Amino acid sequence: MSFKKLVLEFLLFGLSKLFGIQAFRDSSFRDRLKEKNCIAQIKLMDDSVGRYFIFQDGIVKSQRGVHHEADISMIFASAEVALELITPPVDSLAQINAAKNFQFVLDGPEDLISWLPVTLINLLSAGAKYGVDLDGGVKRFVNNTNGGPVYVYVKDDKIIRITPIEFGDDDPEPWTIEARGRKFTPPRKATVPSYTMTFKSMVYSPDRLLYPMKRVDFDPKGERNPQNRGVSGYERITWEEALDIVSGEIKRVRKEHGKGAILSGSGSHHLWGWIGYWLSTHRRFMNTIGYSMVDHNPDSWEGWYWGAMHHWGHSSRLGGGDSYSTVEDALKECEMMIFWSSDPEATSGVYGGLEGSIRRLWLKDLGVKMVHIDPFYNHTAGMLEGKWFAPRPATSHAMAYAIAYVWITEGLYDKEYIDTRTTGFDEWKAYVLGETDGIPKTPEWQESETTIAAKDIRALAREWGTKKTYLGCGGLGANFGGACRSATGIEWARAMVYLAAMQGLGKPGQNMGNMQWGTPVDHRFFFPGYAEGGMSGDLAGTAAGLNMFQRMPNLPSMNTSYQRVPRLKIPEAILDGECEGYPTDSKTIEGQFLGYRYPAPGHSKIRMYYKYGGSHFGTMSDSNRYARAYRSDELEFVVNQAIWNEGETKFADVILPACTNFERWDIGEWANTSGYLFHAYGQLNHRVITLQHKCIEPLGESKSDYQIFLELSELLGVSNPFAEGTDELGWCKRMFDGTDLPKVISWKKIMKKGYYVVPAPPENQRPPVAYRWFAEGRKKDVPDMSPLPGDYAGEYGEGLQTQSGKIEFVSSSLNRYDPDDPERPPMGQYIKSWEGHHTSDLYGKYPLHLITPHVRHSFHTMGDGKDSFLNDVKDHRVLIDDYYYWIVRINNQDAESRGIKMHDLVKVYNDRGAVICAAQTTERMPPGSVHSYQASAVYEPIGEPGNSPDKGGCVNTLTPSRSIIKKSHSTASNSCLVQVEKWNGEEGGW
Amino acid sequence: MVKKAYMIIDLDLCIDCNNCFLACKDEFVDNQWLPTSLAQPRHGQRWMNIMRKERGQFPLISVAYLPTPCMHCENADCMVAAENDAIYRRDDGIVIIDPVKAKGQKAIVDSCPYGVIWWNEEEQIPQKCTFCAHLLDDGWEAPRCVQACATGALVFKSVEEKEMEKIVADENLKVLNTDYNPDPHVYYKNLQRYTHCFIGGSLAVKKNGITDCLAGATITLYKGGEEVGVEISDAYGDFKADHLKPNSGSYLLEIKHPDHESKTQEVDLNTSINLGTIWI
Repeated sequence: MSFKKLVLEFLLFGLSKLFGIQAFRDSSFRDRLKEKNCIAQIKLMDDSVGRYFIFQDGIVKSQRGVHHEADISMIFASAEVALELITPPVDSLAQINAAKNFQFVLDGPEDLISWLPVTLINLLSAGAKYGVDLDGGVKRFVNNTNGGPVYVYVKDDKIIRITPIEFGDDDPEPWTIEARGRKFTPPRKATVPSYTMTFKSMVYSPDRLLYPMKRVDFDPKGERNPQNRGVSGYERITWEEALDIVSGEIKRVRKEHGKGAILSGSGSHHLWGWIGYWLSTHRRFMNTIGYSMVDHNPDSWEGWYWGAMHHWGHSSRLGGGDSYSTVEDALKECEMMIFWSSDPEATSGVYGGLEGSIRRLWLKDLGVKMVHIDPFYNHTAGMLEGKWFAPRPATSHAMAYAIAYVWITEGLYDKEYIDTRTTGFDEWKAYVLGETDGIPKTPEWQESETTIAAKDIRALAREWGTKKTYLGCGGLGANFGGACRSATGIEWARAMVYLAAMQGLGKPGQNMGNMQWGTPVDHRFFFPGYAEGGMSGDLAGTAAGLNMFQRMPNLPSMNTSYQRVPRLKIPEAILDGECEGYPTDSKTIEGQFLGYRYPAPGHSKIRMYYKYGGSHFGTMSDSNRYARAYRSDELEFVVNQAIWNEGETKFADVILPACTNFERWDIGEWANTSGYLFHAYGQLNHRVITLQHKCIEPLGESKSDYQIFLELSELLGVSNPFAEGTDELGWCKRMFDGTDLPKVISWKKIMKKGYYVVPAPPENQRPPVAYRWFAEGRKKDVPDMSPLPGDYAGEYGEGLQTQSGKIEFVSSSLNRYDPDDPERPPMGQYIKSWEGHHTSDLYGKYPLHLITPHVRHSFHTMGDGKDSFLNDVKDHRVLIDDYYYWIVRINNQDAESRGIKMHDLVKVYNDRGAVICAAQTTERMPPGSVHSYQASAVYEPIGEPGNSPDKGGCVNTLTPSRSIIKKSHSTASNSCLVQVEKWNGEEGGW
Repeated sequence: MVKKAYMIIDLDLCIDCNNCFLACKDEFVDNQWLPTSLAQPRHGQRWMNIMRKERGQFPLISVAYLPTPCMHCENADCMVAAENDAIYRRDDGIVIIDPVKAKGQKAIVDSCPYGVIWWNEEEQIPQKCTFCAHLLDDGWEAPRCVQACATGALVFKSVEEKEMEKIVADENLKVLNTDYNPDPHVYYKNLQRYTHCFIGGSLAVKKNGITDCLAGATITLYKGGEEVGVEISDAYGDFKADHLKPNSGSYLLEIKHPDHESKTQEVDLNTSINLGTIWI
């Protein structure tokens, strides 16, 4: 026997002894051993070395030699391969390479194929300590949320409190910015938003799904009764029954209908953590079984993506701008900040806790002038005060044109910048002055569109034209939410770029931003964001190719179906059997032009829908359509994998109960999305990376998403390509190993402590200010990987992504694509909303403009409903007759003329639907416009689903499903006309 | 000297994020911290009650939020109303309702001039904010609401009485007044943002058919012939004379600008008022 074989024999013997030791040390490992009774063996292909292990009721006995009736065999091509793969530390890359080349094979039934390798890995890692012991049997763990990292205090497997993290003595000091003779340093803690503070109530919500369930009148072998979806009740079934039905339907649908018949999609967000996120576990499983993907529209970017991108590039950021070091620049230089459809105090950037609030208060303290342009006197206006303009919704691009008119006629813009950094200005100037269409875009002209007085526009234009000004547009300061999600969103977003260019975008104190992004945190320390795909292995469908595919060994996963369904057209795909979409493609500007059709050539129509995560009723437009689609017999089977029984869950045939991130292992960084929001952690005061402890056991019979997909993949015979013999903690370790973390903290230490704060770099290593390079005619110097090399017209780094490399008033990409499109001409123009005060018939019936901004207190549907603490927040829902109603905000005059008083129940309605809300009578809205946040988690039709008023608060049942322009896949939800009247409890339609 | 517990709440920094209210629920719902409290019901009680107010009329408005916990008064009416010594003051000044002794004493709820004591129907006890006494005793530096506050609107002080008196004087802190002053341990900064009113308006001029905002005008406010305030109109012609007492009667506004004729206007002030556009 060779020396290597002898070593292997010895190693296997050692392994056999370790079982007893680790089972003694670690109760969870002890429990794992009890899961299976089987004979497992590890051997060489030629049977020259072997050892088998008999697992019986948690006891492990072992013998040298090959067992010919072993239940499962782990077979290695040679002793060399075996030693490389089983000698600690585990080398995942070597394992994958060996598996891909058939040097390492698992032979046995599926359940053991996924069980044995994990058991062997746990054998080595069992007994690891995590969390901090406090007095009285309390343990403090760390976890993370979409709003920020938290401490989780647990006693007797029950969460007793969840708090923000205050940094300790071993965490680094924060940065300091010196500006105007003062020093600004953020507090040493991680701030979180309100929905993060409610998580305990969400974990222990009465709406938690604790058992698998089946609709009572659904029989996969008989009557399916799809018409009763959303109406019929449910009965509890076992996991075995549930997984049998779901895996059986996956097989049946694939066999009976063929490629593409399974549809799956998620909400825009999932509970935090890169292993459990929707772009990770869900994506890998779906790729493994082959599916038609729900194609997400760029829902919070729309006008930037379909409009502004054609004038300044930034496809990788969905058409929005970057913001490097704008916090420091604004503190030092700017004299005025304009929040245009921008309420960072409500949207927290996105994922950004309440980190930006303190910075905006610094700016206020410095006496910087503030202007707010928003139909709603929003929370940023409430905090900072200043001048408030409330234009009629979807008309504020008229304000922009009139401001430009004043600048042009009074010489208040940066002519040198326009001459050297932009193209096409003269053509646009002629349009603004009315030389081409006979309509000068004067302050008086815009008055009838916006309702803003001409004198106020002149005053604003003169202030702006003479003061160093930051234009904060959208929640992130240079994109996100608000006016970009309206019928005129394209025109608004490109008008913002035009105005910024006219004032010298990138010069000191002249930039885009609202103090939400652009802090001096370390941008060089690598940890991935969720868009990098976690454990998905999906090179084509995630940003895994940026870093992680080279850094974290894992098998690639590929979807074999080319069919896509545009998310906003799911109902049409199901009910009409056909629809059209345009892709959300961040690679290059022209990607969005490649329209596609459903069904894809040679693909089946959708017959099964695997819904996962948050509800569309609250977040997609005209969402009664979704309820009607669910009740169609075109859909043979619907499974919903969810944590809570809310919104869409109640339309499934089978419900699979998932657990929260507090009940499973994960790893992730606060506010790090990467991909389409590259360097999103630049909105934080401290970068915080967390190993998300499993704080408690899953409630009831719920399981982690990963575990559910694993068990399904066992039944489908694909557990090995799905799991790669790894469990969730194992994936966390693989990811940890692929980042910069091991250079600064050991696995053992982060397991215990749970988080790592990335130190801020020295002042001279902060990123340069966004667009300064562009303003000064240098090559791009901010740490942004995009555009891709092929998208530069000149040398790499020279200019913007546009054909000219400059800001284009007349877009060359639109000129190439469709110069005659009346909905999106190559040059920005004043285009009227297709639903608004000009659509007179509709306006006569529905005289109120409804805006539905991103919700403040919940994060989309997260935190809302579910008997959450948030229901008691006065400005979130209102308790009336034992029911928590969603709020509509209506001006006092409009309320009075309708006989509506504070907290009266009202019906908000139009031709598309009706929603029962609690009225908040207010001066924060102008007469003629009403406000209600999008994203109610509750959908509770008082009659037939899809065809009766909703008392849950899904105001998106009222918004139009029409795309902003035909050649796009977009929501125009902020262009919506409604009527409001007192509700007297009648049930009828609308 | 023993240190006492105080809270300072700055209305300029409160943005109605509700973290204080929610942190309180997180701490007390489903958790009992005897001897200082039984669990708070999941819904219905607001130990940190955030009062909300709008001032003015569209489009000249402002908003204010008033987080209102138990004031832990030195002259606490609830202690007088309580029978059986059911309410006591600790050495650090924190007023605690003993959940055992207070059983059935609903009168305690009504005794509070601030309305911050709540009735637990199931347990038949009055309940309120304890300043998280159980956590302070456990070494925490501040109650949960203060820890969760992102802007520093809520500050907790554990200082001697003399030092607090100095802070109150230095920072011009106020207490929330009821009919009298029960000497509360909760102080407010910029309280007038909630309690007081403004008179605002927008000045404009018309010249050769062109309208413009009138910046730089001097607006002097008189009450009973006496000057009570001077404001300068901003770039939009807007002015706001703030910190006036509600229902304080009639005022005279005198608007002066070197290029224009002066103008006066009378205002009867009940609550904050936006006079709208004033053409000069």
